[in-house]
Amino acid sequence: MNRAPSTLRASDRVRAGLARRYRAERRFRRFGMAAILFAVASLFVLLASIGLNGFSAFTQAHLRLDLAFDPAALDEPDADFGALIRQALQREFPEVSGRSERRKLAGLASESAAGLVRQSLLANPQWRGTTVPVWLPTSDRVDLAVKGSIDRRTPESERQMSNLELDWVDALIARGRIETRFNTAFFTSGDSRQPESAGILGAFMGSVLTLIVTFLFAFPLGVAAAVYLEEFAPRNLWTHLIEVNINNLAAVPSIVFGLLGLAVFLGLFGLPRSAPLVGGLVLGLMTLPTIVIAARSALAGVPPSIREAAQGVGASPIQVVFHHVLPLALPGMLTGAIIGMARALGETAPLLMIGMVAFIVDVPGGFTDPATVLPVQIYLWADSPERAFVEKTAAAILILLVVLALMNGLAVVLRRKFERKW
Amino acid sequence: MPNLPLFAVLVLLTALGFVLGRTAVRRQAHGHPRRLHSRPVYHGVYVALWCGLPALAVVLLWLWIEPHLLKSFVLSALPADIRALDPGRLGLVLGDIRLLAQGGQLAQDPAPAIVAAAQHLAELESIGWLARFGLGLAVAAGGLTWAYRRLSPGFRARPQVERVIRAALIASSALAILVTLGIVLSLLVESVRFFERVPIAEFLFGLDWSPQTALRADQVGSSGHFGAVPLFVGTLLISAIAMLVAAPVGLFVAIYLSEYAAPRLRDTVKPLLEILAGIPTVVYGFFAAITIGPGLRALGERFGYGVASESALAAGLVMGVMIIPFVSSLSDDVIRAVPNALREGALGLGSTQSETIRRVVLPAALPGIVASLMLAISRAIGETMIVVMAAGLAANLTLNPFQAVTTVTVQIVSVLIGDQEFDSPKTLAAFALGLTLFVITLGLNILALRVVQAYREQYE
Repeated sequence: MNRAPSTLRASDRVRAGLARRYRAERRFRRFGMAAILFAVASLFVLLASIGLNGFSAFTQAHLRLDLAFDPAALDEPDADFGALIRQALQREFPEVSGRSERRKLAGLASESAAGLVRQSLLANPQWRGTTVPVWLPTSDRVDLAVKGSIDRRTPESERQMSNLELDWVDALIARGRIETRFNTAFFTSGDSRQPESAGILGAFMGSVLTLIVTFLFAFPLGVAAAVYLEEFAPRNLWTHLIEVNINNLAAVPSIVFGLLGLAVFLGLFGLPRSAPLVGGLVLGLMTLPTIVIAARSALAGVPPSIREAAQGVGASPIQVVFHHVLPLALPGMLTGAIIGMARALGETAPLLMIGMVAFIVDVPGGFTDPATVLPVQIYLWADSPERAFVEKTAAAILILLVVLALMNGLAVVLRRKFERKW
Repeated sequence: MPNLPLFAVLVLLTALGFVLGRTAVRRQAHGHPRRLHSRPVYHGVYVALWCGLPALAVVLLWLWIEPHLLKSFVLSALPADIRALDPGRLGLVLGDIRLLAQGGQLAQDPAPAIVAAAQHLAELESIGWLARFGLGLAVAAGGLTWAYRRLSPGFRARPQVERVIRAALIASSALAILVTLGIVLSLLVESVRFFERVPIAEFLFGLDWSPQTALRADQVGSSGHFGAVPLFVGTLLISAIAMLVAAPVGLFVAIYLSEYAAPRLRDTVKPLLEILAGIPTVVYGFFAAITIGPGLRALGERFGYGVASESALAAGLVMGVMIIPFVSSLSDDVIRAVPNALREGALGLGSTQSETIRRVVLPAALPGIVASLMLAISRAIGETMIVVMAAGLAANLTLNPFQAVTTVTVQIVSVLIGDQEFDSPKTLAAFALGLTLFVITLGLNILALRVVQAYREQYE
């Protein structure tokens, strides 16, 4: 404070400071608005970056090749279907010669194409002895080139495809032999080392199986714990201890639950590694506090008059709860449980600890099959060196986010539908 | 041996017990249900419980003990020279035997002793399966008949059943304690084993972290270094960057939403922030690794700074964005809990709105805000996927945010992914790190809850 003698009156001094104070007021408001803008903008940048990266993964470049199904070559016990593809490509570009160039030419088609040809021939036996145009997936690099993700201005040595290969691709496009089509393989197959044939069905099924275990484990236990704590527990040290425990567990880092699962479920009980059973149990322990807290607030929302009326007509305490209070509280409990499940669905770290990071091609069919889950698949693909996995990762994220949005939407609908004003 | 048939039979028997109990009592009532003390349903459940629970307990106990018993039987039948192998090799031999006994194939032809042991094991397993089946059925049938015989119109079935239900409720609420105990015990046991090999002082104060142990004893660097200070520094650096983003942004968001914003703005922004909070961390990690990391590096190149593509800055910034909703929603709650009388007093004395907030509302809400920041810090410290994907593995002891650093959680993951022997110091180190993490986050949470509770009492 400036204590120097002043000729101004006090009210004038206040007035003189007003402009400064109003400026501070406006600045403060602007900081607030800027903060909100930053948070919302981050959300949109995040979603936009994922969306832009991932959208292209829903299509895949396909190559139309005229395959000559020569019966003599096909009747060999180990018929080489890759050779059919190589011959067809050779017919497209008869001028190509030399081992390394031919190999490059064959590399335009996906490595999985030979297997696909075999399957389509089995499905269409009338193709034998004829020449049929067949659409086959291209390799991941051709796919990137077709989608324009390979920058042709970079020097050839630093580029993923040579000029020659790009010329072939351009020629094929000009002849109408390359088209981008909807990428069904992405939704119908498991993981693969080749980006063009990697799909999310395996991870999706793994997530479903894991969440089933999580729900069956955590929901009944969580509801039972909540019923005891809310309806029966005496106010004593033991109850207090349990409550403190539940609140603390809700804040334990998820990775610690992974360590618990590793030491107890795998180490002590000897359950199989990488299994949805173990993953579900670990996630169940993790979501248990969320479910207990939600279930307790749902129980607390049921008015005491219901309990009194039931007791009044002679119901025992257990009957009061199980016949009257619980059915009324169930929608609220389910809402909380769905939100807990959504969190469990997005969880990655604890599952890394129990070996759900393995490379698994097969779609899991049971609770003890080795499996992975969507977020772990995202992590694995994000870690892969191939450039084409970036769009796959982003696409998998889009699907994960859609599932999460659906689950949260379901919770909102449930809440709206069953919300009751007492 | 498949256990599904056994469990299926047990379930069927239990259902049968329920039906038997219910119909028996109905019959005994001779069409006068009022003669019964308990409704027939309770008699049914009573019989079913006696049939199913003891049998289930016996079978589970058997399943838990059997592998250990079988192992010791097989071991004692093996020749002495195999038994004398060290535990690791012995484990491999036992694995081979188990595979052979299940009808699998080995890479090379097994020794005759191993084949014999496998046959022995297969025999034992089939005997065990039969015995388990028989015992389970016997216990179930025994329980069923015993309970069935006790039924009568005057039998107090309901209190008995309710006692079991009550016990089940208590047991499930005690699970929370069991989980905490499990976490503490498993972390402690493995950590103690770790500290037997690596002195605790080296772990806490050592400056060198390189957990890779060599396969052979004569290789260079055969013993890893387990000084965790670089990890602690890295964790603190990234958390500090995250809090530099999240604390001001989150606080200003909370202030604006609770003090200035019109209800409509509030109703749009709050759900958006909830979306931000609901996005899985692996998505943030991908965003940091693919968009922010390379972006920062390009930016650094333009200004002549060397920024690693996996920099502490990228991970910290994205983590900060992730934590904004935690800070804002917790702070929003405490700011709104400040009584309006304080605001009215300050405004009535002529202070502007921002002066009211800065001089009156925030000081009153300070304990709650501090608590929310502490919870946010504990989130940042325990966060895994963002740092795993964006922060790198190299244990650099540096405070430079443009370099790659590693964190406690990253090292837990990197040490435990891939091949694991359960006994190496490398694996055990993960548990020691986990224990450190658990203790720190728990401490922060307890402290935060204490602060919040103390604050709540102030105005109530």
